[in-house]
Amino acid sequence: MTDLTDLIDLIDLIDLIDLTDEESMTTRYLEIRQGVLSKNDQLAAGLRERFTRAGLFVANLVSSPGAGKTALLERVLAEMRAAGLQVAAVVGDLQTDNDARRLARSGALVRQITTDGMCHLEADMLAGKLEGWDLDALDFLFIENVGNLVCPTWYDLGEDVRLVLLSVTEGEDKPLKYPVMFNSADVAVITKTDLAAACECDLDAMRANIHSVRPGMRIFETSAKTGAGLPELIAFLLEQRRAKFGN
Amino acid sequence: MHELSIAASLVESAEQAARRAGAQRVTQVFLRLGALSGVAKDALLFSYDIATAGTLLAGSQLVIEDVPVIVHCDQCRCDVALPGIQDFRCPVCGRLCVQIVAGRELEIAGIEIEVADEEANPQPAT
Ligand SMILES: Nc1nc2c(ncn2[C@@H]2O[C@H](COP(=O)(O)OP(=O)(O)OP(=O)(O)O)[C@@H](O)[C@H]2O)c(=O)[nH]1
Ligand SMILES: [Mg+2]
Ligand SMILES: [Zn+2]
Repeated sequence: MTDLTDLIDLIDLIDLIDLTDEESMTTRYLEIRQGVLSKNDQLAAGLRERFTRAGLFVANLVSSPGAGKTALLERVLAEMRAAGLQVAAVVGDLQTDNDARRLARSGALVRQITTDGMCHLEADMLAGKLEGWDLDALDFLFIENVGNLVCPTWYDLGEDVRLVLLSVTEGEDKPLKYPVMFNSADVAVITKTDLAAACECDLDAMRANIHSVRPGMRIFETSAKTGAGLPELIAFLLEQRRAKFGN
Repeated sequence: MHELSIAASLVESAEQAARRAGAQRVTQVFLRLGALSGVAKDALLFSYDIATAGTLLAGSQLVIEDVPVIVHCDQCRCDVALPGIQDFRCPVCGRLCVQIVAGRELEIAGIEIEVADEEANPQPAT
């Protein structure tokens, strides 16, 4: 083990003498090698195991505020329910349960997490919201994270797939401005494509920027207004679930 | 200031490890910070002083080792470091690289602690 005693500079040494009166102290190096967020990581790993045992496929949706997470989920939940799938959603917001009420109209099980100022969801917050749900009876769980392209990056929620949404109204260079989030995601969804022409959004440039920070990432293009692109996205989720659970 | 919650977790983990080792005080914390961790170094250093107040880490120094993004290039058949995080093309041949080898680290490598002498050199039980 590295002995760093030698490395203590003079200032630290003076400090040391000052603080240690009669009792004498030894300075030593303690190896830790542990993720800073290991507590959340461990909880998330536990959740992932639980979801897997229950045959539940979990998607975590992240985006900037207003990119269209709730609008997309409203349609996905409704279509999945119509196809006979059992779906649930947990939605995080700083305040209000507006999004949960919107999502509940689909008939899916929905719960709201009001973070009261916290800008992301953590595994323990999600775990607390699952109580009383029969996970075995569910096929899909969608987590709508708090609208924020920074903090949710760090917090694993036990999801199988992380979808980063990006609306055509936000500018083609969003991925270059938030490379860490785009890099942490598995799939990108370009939303509000019905507005692309009006916003003069250059979709080719947007795709290229996504691939610049995350080469090879699967990209879907959807409109919650017209329904365009939704069948492809839903087919992808079903296919991912089948690949994991074989049914 | 997203880094304050990161700093709080960092302090919690380090303090727990220090207590387990019977430390009286933590003097340094060694952190490995990947370029893809998304954590801003200055903000973290600033938050660190706030988060350590009143803990075993109070007055300690946060020593950050920057870890660059390293990707594997299929064409060059080797690992290469990237100069930034906005362009995942191999700096040598220009191919887009999918496989990330390093750069996501947000990890406590170790801590320097002060232990009272009898704890550092426990007397053999008689
Ligand atoms: N034209 C159009 N508008 C959309 C579409 N999707 C969402 N919107 C609108 O964009 C606004 C924000 O949509 P939300 O679904 O609430 O966005 P969100 O990401 O859930 O927002 P937060 O939860 O607050 O972060 C609403 O006014 C939606 O009606 C779309 O596909 N087309
Ligand atoms: Mg919403
Ligand atoms: Zn190369």
